[in-house]
Amino acid sequence: MSAIPSGPRPKHLTIGRIGMYCFILVCAIFFLMPLYVMVITSLKDMDEIRAANILNLPKELSFYSWPKAWSQACTGFVCEGLKPGFFNSIKITIPSVIVSVGLSAINGYALAFWRFKGAYFFFGLCMFGAFIPYQVMVYPLLKIEDALGIYSTLPGIILVHTIFGMPILTLIFRNFYVSLPIDLFKAARIDGGNFIKIFLYVIIPMSAPITIVAVILQVTGIWNDFLLGLVFAGRDNQPMTVQLNNIVQVDYGVAEYNVDMSATILTSLVPLFVYFISGRWFVRGIAAGAIKG
Amino acid sequence: MPLFRNIASMVALLPMIVISLTVFVGCIIYSFVYSLTNSKLVPVINYVGFDQYERLFKQRKWDVAVENIFIYGFVFTIGCLVIGFLLAVLIDQKIRGESLFRTIFLYPYAMSFVVTGLVWKWVLNPTFGLENSMHMWGFGWFELDWLVNRDLAIYAVCIAAVWQGAGFVMVLMLAGLRGIDEDIWKSLSIEGVAKWKSYLFVILPMLRPMVVTAIVLIAAGVVKVYDLILALTSGGPGYATTTPAMYVMENFFSRANLGQAFAASIIMFISVVCILAPWAFYEFYLRNKYAAN
Repeated sequence: MSAIPSGPRPKHLTIGRIGMYCFILVCAIFFLMPLYVMVITSLKDMDEIRAANILNLPKELSFYSWPKAWSQACTGFVCEGLKPGFFNSIKITIPSVIVSVGLSAINGYALAFWRFKGAYFFFGLCMFGAFIPYQVMVYPLLKIEDALGIYSTLPGIILVHTIFGMPILTLIFRNFYVSLPIDLFKAARIDGGNFIKIFLYVIIPMSAPITIVAVILQVTGIWNDFLLGLVFAGRDNQPMTVQLNNIVQVDYGVAEYNVDMSATILTSLVPLFVYFISGRWFVRGIAAGAIKG
Repeated sequence: MPLFRNIASMVALLPMIVISLTVFVGCIIYSFVYSLTNSKLVPVINYVGFDQYERLFKQRKWDVAVENIFIYGFVFTIGCLVIGFLLAVLIDQKIRGESLFRTIFLYPYAMSFVVTGLVWKWVLNPTFGLENSMHMWGFGWFELDWLVNRDLAIYAVCIAAVWQGAGFVMVLMLAGLRGIDEDIWKSLSIEGVAKWKSYLFVILPMLRPMVVTAIVLIAAGVVKVYDLILALTSGGPGYATTTPAMYVMENFFSRANLGQAFAASIIMFISVVCILAPWAFYEFYLRNKYAAN
């Protein structure tokens, strides 16, 4: 998986190689174009947006739209911008990630080392849950949360994210723990370790790499979630994605595309930041999440 | 093995077991039971047999939704696979700037569906978007009115989705390509097989597990597509880009037609099972075969 090309450099460019580079460049342009349009649109003023080509660089930079998107843009009758959504998303994401990753680590550990009869049946059931469309579950789940008195509250949305994150995370942790040398576990058992002690003193210290993968997966997943936030978070805890959609889809007034694009960029900053700093870990997370074992 | 040794494990797995049974299994049973009633605003037990299903299949809107999900599923899956595989193969050619290109192709995957939808909504804006750009460059004949065109709007959704998801397939395929034994390449080049032929007829079949995984993951995602369409077209023009997921959500939360929503969600669930069952069988069958060898 080395990024550095090895072997001798091709002696001369063949037609095929030139064609290949052309194709890659065209693809790169296709993939970058929306990001480019987002950024330059957010830096134009509305007059220029109406008059000029969407692909042109701004004639003069206008930073008007950024503070507006952050703290003044209207969602319905409230004009506080994305700021409350940003903090709501943080309030939702941090505890959801901690709870779901912690619970799934314990699940994976129990499934890998402490199997009991029927454990894998329930694990299979849980994995099956990963594929059920959310739409089948939202309403009954809403009723359950309502009965528990946590519908439309912060604990409610955290519970929902924990439930829907659990299958894939449990799978990732289980696969990681199964790959650890079993002798280590046996030695810990002979030394008198019990379920909790072995987990705390043997397993957790070894879990750093897989925990990073799980955290990246969950942070991006929960930050980007829309549907669950819409249904379960309630008015006071609406995440950033929901507010973004409300800001952009307003039916009244003049559409301000530069504000829309600033808001869109602001909303994707956190996952993009995670993506750019984590790089290879992000890729590993995708591969780990994808390979069903 | 004495039972008590695993009590700690059972206690640890209790949340998973409870969630699997109440949420994943319970919600489906709940939805099915209430899909047989004529519940409107609140769920009531008042059985009407399969009336809701009959009414569902008579809805023109549901037909459109099903048709859309087939178009979207087909174009999106094929698009992601072809572009993802091509990009993986090209990146595997020891090109310069490999990690830069990989970053470019994968970054959309870090963005949420809402952001993806809103960005493409702006890029494809019929007044100010790319169409306008082409006109300004003197290509007056150029037409890109997909978002306001009933027949083409769903393809705009496909483009946005492929833009977001192709990098994911690329990563999966690239991991597969990097895992191919160097000896296979050596023997292929000794035999003098053209490179594109090697990729298409030798390497691609070897990547079958990756391809199958990618298809299953994509297909399971296709069925639940909701936020992307909500952000990009809001299901319009008219209801031209509505999907089963949108139909369900609408009937749950804005039309107060619970029975219809439950029936539609059960149909969604059944279709996911139809996608998953052959795959699960395949995996199960294959693993047994390998185990036997």
